[in-house]
Amino acid sequence: MTIAAALLPTRKDEDFRYADLESLARVWPVAVESIALGEGESRALSIVSMGVRELAVTLASGASLDLHVLNAGQDYGRLSLRAELGAGSRFNFGAAQLAGSGQVLEVVTHVAHLGPDAISQQTVRSVAGGGSTVNYLGKVHVAKGADGTDGSQSVRAMLLDRQSAANAKPELEIHADDVKCAHGCAVGELDKQALFYLAQRGLPPEAAKKLMLQAFVAEAFVGAADEEALLAQALAALEAML
Amino acid sequence: MLKIENLHATVADKPILKGLSLSINAGEVHAIMGPNGAGKSTLSYVLGGRPGYEVTEGSVTFMGQDLLALEPHERAAAGLFLGFQYPVEIPGVSFVQFLRESANAQRKSRCEPPLSGGEFLKLAREKAALLKMDMEMLKRPVNVGFSGGEKKRAEMVQMGILGPSLAVLDETDSGLDIDALRIVGEGINATMRASDKAVLLITHYQRLLDYVQPDFVHVLAGGRIVRTGGKELALELEEHGYEEVAG
Repeated sequence: MTIAAALLPTRKDEDFRYADLESLARVWPVAVESIALGEGESRALSIVSMGVRELAVTLASGASLDLHVLNAGQDYGRLSLRAELGAGSRFNFGAAQLAGSGQVLEVVTHVAHLGPDAISQQTVRSVAGGGSTVNYLGKVHVAKGADGTDGSQSVRAMLLDRQSAANAKPELEIHADDVKCAHGCAVGELDKQALFYLAQRGLPPEAAKKLMLQAFVAEAFVGAADEEALLAQALAALEAML
Repeated sequence: MLKIENLHATVADKPILKGLSLSINAGEVHAIMGPNGAGKSTLSYVLGGRPGYEVTEGSVTFMGQDLLALEPHERAAAGLFLGFQYPVEIPGVSFVQFLRESANAQRKSRCEPPLSGGEFLKLAREKAALLKMDMEMLKRPVNVGFSGGEKKRAEMVQMGILGPSLAVLDETDSGLDIDALRIVGEGINATMRASDKAVLLITHYQRLLDYVQPDFVHVLAGGRIVRTGGKELALELEEHGYEEVAG
């Protein structure tokens, strides 16, 4: 490891703009874990409450990775991910972040489509309450010649109170002609009309909120190999928050 | 069962209800009719406790309790059901899931044992059949992708499952075709026509009242009840319009 890499990042580093630098200092430097899939290989992986992690993902042509993340239950949780996608590979990324009482949770992704016809899908659902902060910084890079790329980013955050914050920054950098890149990004609050509707049927406010947040978070885990286990853990984290 | 006295309410500081009084006894069906903007929907939301609807004067007593002191979910547990004019869509939350939780939350507050999954499904199937609604629809997310008529029928299925003492039905007949109107009317009768239950129907038209015969018809105009009569009043309104009858 070079000395430069060991230097603690500052807010001037785009990837650390909203990070909790004080907490980061305690664990810095962070070793990079690599996940490399060979030609045609496929794998499903889930990470729960991970601390501060740096992943380097390499997918050879035709490889397929499903990665699901539940970021919850810690003062500072950060997943930083760099993925390099070879021709015809597929990367499906789903992340839920559940932040309460002053926590800072973030996901930072750089997905590079290096070969043609690769597919990347990112679905991030974040909930912030109790003066917490949730961040998503995500860049999709399509290299020259990576035609037929299909890259999508669906990013939504739910704020439970006015003291909490959500930062979302989906980015696209495209150097090929024939690509399909979609990104959607929204920060909002729970639908008050829906909450009243549920209350009118007899659900106490906490139960109504939990039900709606559960549905919201579940979108991040659709199709995960251990979808039910992830949902159960997310539900436990939601209960602790509300 | 329900006693509303001199009720004044505002929405966004604008007075809508201006001294409304109404008494409903167990076993009765009341209809409230009135022109647009008279305050009919406001009355239903005030009774349900919707945030943003502020009571500035008057009282509402429901089965001996001060209704206005209760939270919306407590009003439901006390036996009040509100049929929405525009039922809300809730993506990702199924009817079955939320209704079982709601029914059991209500039962818990009344110190009754919870319904098991099997018991609940049996009840839901029975009530869905009453409204000629496919049980599969209740496994879908709440009201998502439902037509206007399906939403109204789903409201009545929910009413059947929850078994309230008083149902306030806000324009449950709007958006229904002739067959659906009959099915909904029969559903209301089957669920709510009982000596220990009561209904407050809010409607623009006389049509629903052919199926659910009211004991009393009230005309609401300018935030107050301006006239009360039997079911013949609805026919009179249909013939002569609100202006002549209520004006």
